[in-house]
Amino acid sequence: MSVIILFLAVIAVIAGWWLSQQQVMAKPWLDVGSIVDPPAPIGSSVPAAKVGLGVFLAVVGCLFALLVSAYFIRIDIDATNGDATNGMVLRAMPIPGLLWLNTAVLVVSSLALQCAQIAARHGQRDALRDGLLFGGLSALAFLAGQILVWRQLVDAGYFAASNPANAFFYLLTGVHGLHVAGGLVALGKTIAKAWQGVAIGRLRLSVWLCTVYWHFLLLIWLIILALLAGWADDFIVICRTLAI
Amino acid sequence: MAEVTADTVGSIGPAEVAEVELYHAHSWLTKYVFCQDAKVIAIQYSLTAMAIGLVALVLSWLMRLQLAFPGTFSLIQNDNYYQFITMHGMIMVIYLLTALFLGGFGNYLIPLMVGARDMAFPYVNMLSYWIYLLAVLVLVAGFFAPGGPTGAGWTLYPPQAILSGTPGREWGIILMLFSLILFIIGFTMGGLNYVVTVLQCRTRGMTLMRLPLTVWGIFTATVMALLAFPALFVGAVMMMLDRLLGTSFFMPSVVELGEHLKYSGGSPILFQHLFWFFGHPEVYIVALPAFGIVSDLISTHARKNIFGYRMMVWAIVAIGALSFIVWAHHMYISGMDPYFGFFFATTTLIIAIPTAIKVYNWVLTLWRGDIHLTVPMLFALGFIVTFVNGGLTGLFLGNVVVDVPLSATLFVVAHFHMVMGVAPIMVVFGGIYHWYPKVTGRMLSDTLGKIHFWVTFLGAYAIFFPMHYLGLLGVPRRYYELGETAFIPPSAASLNVFITVAALIVGAAQMVFLFNLVWSLSKGREAGGNPWRATTLEWQTPQTPPGHGNWGKELPVVYRWAYDYSVPGAEQDFIPQNQPAPAPTG
Repeated sequence: MSVIILFLAVIAVIAGWWLSQQQVMAKPWLDVGSIVDPPAPIGSSVPAAKVGLGVFLAVVGCLFALLVSAYFIRIDIDATNGDATNGMVLRAMPIPGLLWLNTAVLVVSSLALQCAQIAARHGQRDALRDGLLFGGLSALAFLAGQILVWRQLVDAGYFAASNPANAFFYLLTGVHGLHVAGGLVALGKTIAKAWQGVAIGRLRLSVWLCTVYWHFLLLIWLIILALLAGWADDFIVICRTLAI
Repeated sequence: MAEVTADTVGSIGPAEVAEVELYHAHSWLTKYVFCQDAKVIAIQYSLTAMAIGLVALVLSWLMRLQLAFPGTFSLIQNDNYYQFITMHGMIMVIYLLTALFLGGFGNYLIPLMVGARDMAFPYVNMLSYWIYLLAVLVLVAGFFAPGGPTGAGWTLYPPQAILSGTPGREWGIILMLFSLILFIIGFTMGGLNYVVTVLQCRTRGMTLMRLPLTVWGIFTATVMALLAFPALFVGAVMMMLDRLLGTSFFMPSVVELGEHLKYSGGSPILFQHLFWFFGHPEVYIVALPAFGIVSDLISTHARKNIFGYRMMVWAIVAIGALSFIVWAHHMYISGMDPYFGFFFATTTLIIAIPTAIKVYNWVLTLWRGDIHLTVPMLFALGFIVTFVNGGLTGLFLGNVVVDVPLSATLFVVAHFHMVMGVAPIMVVFGGIYHWYPKVTGRMLSDTLGKIHFWVTFLGAYAIFFPMHYLGLLGVPRRYYELGETAFIPPSAASLNVFITVAALIVGAAQMVFLFNLVWSLSKGREAGGNPWRATTLEWQTPQTPPGHGNWGKELPVVYRWAYDYSVPGAEQDFIPQNQPAPAPTG
């Protein structure tokens, strides 16, 4: 559980920093009568939706940190049972080449949305539309690619029920895919609004939200990929020595 | 103490808060059913939670009848008994207490107490309730599914939860897991609202340190729930896959009835880690709103400012943070490195410090207060006593060496019912008696309320106090019947009968409460806007019950903290939060 503890420690540091900005040392029983406006860092100047997305990303991050924790615990059990010298029996699954292509597509999707966001900031409607549409389509392509990877693996005889490594592979990719799909609903709405000719000023927030969410899911994907491809083995060993 | 500073401005212009785009209901359906107004959602949450809570109450009766009179009732077979245990526990902890405190009290009180017109995302808030309702319906569907609901115990430990021999193995466990997944999705939607509303929608002058402790409690509990429920979510999804697709996340190699199952290599302990990583914070998800509410009840009904407000806030936050690193104290007997046991025992005992600070502060608030023994106050006092009681046995169980022999006995059952069953439910009742006048405009009957309190309070002790002794004798929990057991004397059976009679009476007393709720709706005394002469914003609304948008044209402006009771020199013994300081006189 060291990963989730680490994740929560980061959240705790952020929360602690934020609280320290909130005059928690104030003596409210003494300042009768004065109006003390909520201090600036998170005041009403930041749209509620941005804060909402921040909180939501913390929840999603927590979910993936837990999945990764479970993955590590599972590896650790193999190691202590002596199933393999380094507990890597879990990695019985090959990484299909298509996965790299999918990763590239997801990066492109994220970049396209970043372009859309820049376009929205500069008021360029056409570039905004193109960026959004391209970002959405490439995300769809990513999902299709992931399904194709699953098909390839199943055809090659790697079933979810065969062993824990396969099960974790399908679970991690599946949960990530579902989050991309959920994001596509929000992105679809934004695209529809952009096409209906809603003023760019009113679109800016939605575009910002989609872009940040996309970058976050890309980051999560890269972490998952690093785990599945074995790049994070050293980190796993460190966590095992911490042994939670 | 509230010293009136001279440099304050006598009157300050109205809040220049932009009129938010308010949701307006256009039809009966969108006003009362698919409503986005947090107050309506709060009532929907509360009624649903209480309805499903009643089911759990009846289940507890059935269990108690079996324990007192084993074999007398043909409708309680051993399979049913496990199903009743499981459903009772799950409903009470998640579908009643969590939903009622956060969905019910949270929805009603947060916008009103922080001076907002509604939640930050009303549509998502509405979805949250409907998904919760769906989760409840799926849960209830378990009763009608072939094989009945799951009987795996509320902890749903694998491998037994999905092996044959456990009741509800076919459909019950699937419906339970599905219902939990729905609940968590619904809760996350609501939780985002509660957090963002507290962060972003506070009215002018409402700094964090001027928030009533109720809001602090609900806010912190929501943050915790948002971070803890994903663990249950992950556990539920993985077990669902184990059950449906035959994966082996939690399932080791098992031989069942001589047949080697296809599972291999899974880890049941992994589930325990995930479950308790959610499960322990869950205790405080229920307790922190209770702490907050009880602080406000005590301050209001003792006409005294809360003692050590800052310390109370810090304690709430500290408890919230600490509760994430104690989970393995639920797993002492699962086998672990002794150093881990030491670590988790230490963190568990450290949590007692901020908790004790809170208890002392409640008592010191009462000290020389002008205590009004109203029904909410009685329940608040009942809470303090019960919580201390349950907390003390928690110190026993937090230590590995004491816990090991007491594990899986009725001592544990007595402990957690006292500390997270009876104590929070006391606050639920206290809160309902306190805020019902704001919700309906009428007071609940005082006489019925007092009957309800005394029977519930004394009855709960009659139920759970003797249970500690049974536990010390070694009477195990979860057993359908004890039969002839060498170390259990016959007097234990008599005590079980006594407990059951008490449980039936306490259950019946809740009918008095329900009757009171319905009766007072039309027959209760008119409450007026602020019957308890309280300071917090929800009592200062222009209409009672608060109208759509909560406030009139202008949002209230907050000039002081929430606890200006019995201020020396003030005209009344309370000064509302939105009352400016008097203009300086010479």
